[in-house]
Amino acid sequence: MIIIGERINGMFKDIGQAVAAYDPKPLQHWAIQQEQSGAHYIDINTGPTADDRVKSMRWMVEVVQEVTALPLCLDSTNYDAIEAGLQVCKQRALINSVPAEQEKMDRVFAMAREYNAQVIGLTMDKKGVPKDAESRVALALELVANADAAGVAMEDLFIDPLILPVNVAQDHAPEVLRALTAIKTLANPAPMTVLGLSNVSQKSPDRQLINRCYLLMGMACGLDAVIADASDEALMDVAATGRILLNLDIYCDSYLKLFKSKKV
Amino acid sequence: MAVTILKERYTNSVAEVVLGATPEQGGTRGFTLTVGGEKALPFLHFEGKIPFPPVIAAEVADVRPEWNQALLDTIGPDVAGNPALWAKKAVTEWQADLIYLNLTGAHPDTGDKSPAECVQVVKDVLAAVSCPLIVVGCEVAEKDELIMPAIAEATAGENLLLGVAEQENYKTLTSACMAHHHTIIARSPLDINICKQLNILIREMNQNLPIVIDPTVSGLGYGIEYTYSIMERARFGALQGDKMLAMPIIATVGYEAWRAKEANASEVDFPGWGLQEERAILWEATTAVAYLQAGADILVLRHPQAISSVRKNITQLMADNSF
Repeated sequence: MIIIGERINGMFKDIGQAVAAYDPKPLQHWAIQQEQSGAHYIDINTGPTADDRVKSMRWMVEVVQEVTALPLCLDSTNYDAIEAGLQVCKQRALINSVPAEQEKMDRVFAMAREYNAQVIGLTMDKKGVPKDAESRVALALELVANADAAGVAMEDLFIDPLILPVNVAQDHAPEVLRALTAIKTLANPAPMTVLGLSNVSQKSPDRQLINRCYLLMGMACGLDAVIADASDEALMDVAATGRILLNLDIYCDSYLKLFKSKKV
Repeated sequence: MAVTILKERYTNSVAEVVLGATPEQGGTRGFTLTVGGEKALPFLHFEGKIPFPPVIAAEVADVRPEWNQALLDTIGPDVAGNPALWAKKAVTEWQADLIYLNLTGAHPDTGDKSPAECVQVVKDVLAAVSCPLIVVGCEVAEKDELIMPAIAEATAGENLLLGVAEQENYKTLTSACMAHHHTIIARSPLDINICKQLNILIREMNQNLPIVIDPTVSGLGYGIEYTYSIMERARFGALQGDKMLAMPIIATVGYEAWRAKEANASEVDFPGWGLQEERAILWEATTAVAYLQAGADILVLRHPQAISSVRKNITQLMADNSF
């Protein structure tokens, strides 16, 4: 299970302020903290408040790389900002994200090729997020076809079937699970799958419980990666246990510790 | 139409482990051997590099062992009971890559040798041959706790491969290997989960101690399918990224093959089975060849002819088949 640490995002107040003031400390604190918790990638999002997202993204990538060698997940709807980040990434980056819209796919997949980056593709288009699994899978197929045509390997394409908050769109949760299963059959080798996990529990009181349960349900349907709160220790334990129960990792008594130390 | 060959790609490789140490490295060996390093399943050269051929260790006992008489006759009545001579013969005449010294004589029932006597045996063998050396105790935990640290200390820097560490009983040997620069054999009882757990426990004591896995094997006809599949699964896990299983594997083939009824029954009792010694050699070599295919890196063999047959097979299997 690939864990993409979500915490360095301008939507969080401390990061938003740090980005505005170009104060590296909160970013570096969370980079180290998430790495220690067992994150495999660090998500970097300038947030909506950054006045110059290109400049902010480049700066964020640089200061985070001062304290971690983990690969970064460059999270923005502004592709100039993502490109600025790609130019300074030392490790192979993950572009977060591109919807199934032709002009955007053309730019992002070309960029992925140029910088040897991985890509998250969203199963949405100009009409928004579809309601059912079938429409999600149809958009996923467009992402797969475009990635393939651009020469991006399926192992480097992460399809996100977009989970919505359960308290406002409960009917989406099972549709996303069905979509996950189908997406894994779209190509051989199959594309990777990812979810922005914390979205499922937006504004619910029992956020962590909902996140943990949905992670496990997703894993059983072929979920490979999540953008999530790596500091939720129980969530990491759930991910480790899911891998054991799906026979993806070989059991041993210390499997929880091993998962967090990334020696799996 | 061109055929596209599907090639499996793996994220991890087996750790490379060096056996022995030359004078420049703090030992006295004439050469070292490296095992492991595989980047693909056994001998699939077209999928990834198999950098080092599997090696053959000749099993030598410190006392005249209670082995099959035909086997002892072939080994030579003059050398069975003289480990230094035996080791020398195994290297020079049988072309073994290294020696697996079995300290049976330390067992309370078969000699009860003192730690000092065991140290002397190891030193004699080291003096007799220039190849790397594997030394294992007598399988009585309390006794091995005395003799193995003494041997480790007396041969500090030689980078012997010392065994065996087990889940209930690994700390003394791990400490001895750490302190005196040796490599350790971690043995698990036909259980991949314990195999992994033991490696974690040893690595918790020392991050960098080189480990060779003994997953425990069985002889042809005695559950070889099961032990084969455990070894195969460990190797597959290693290549798929499980670093706690990504260690070279040792297989004590001679011991297992020569326990089989088929290796020992006389032609008088079973006239349809063919000559006993010939049959036993085949039993040993066939068992070994099976484990080569499952991922074994070090094969411990007894009969000189089994050694030469398996050697021939290794040479054939190491021929490049990449395309």
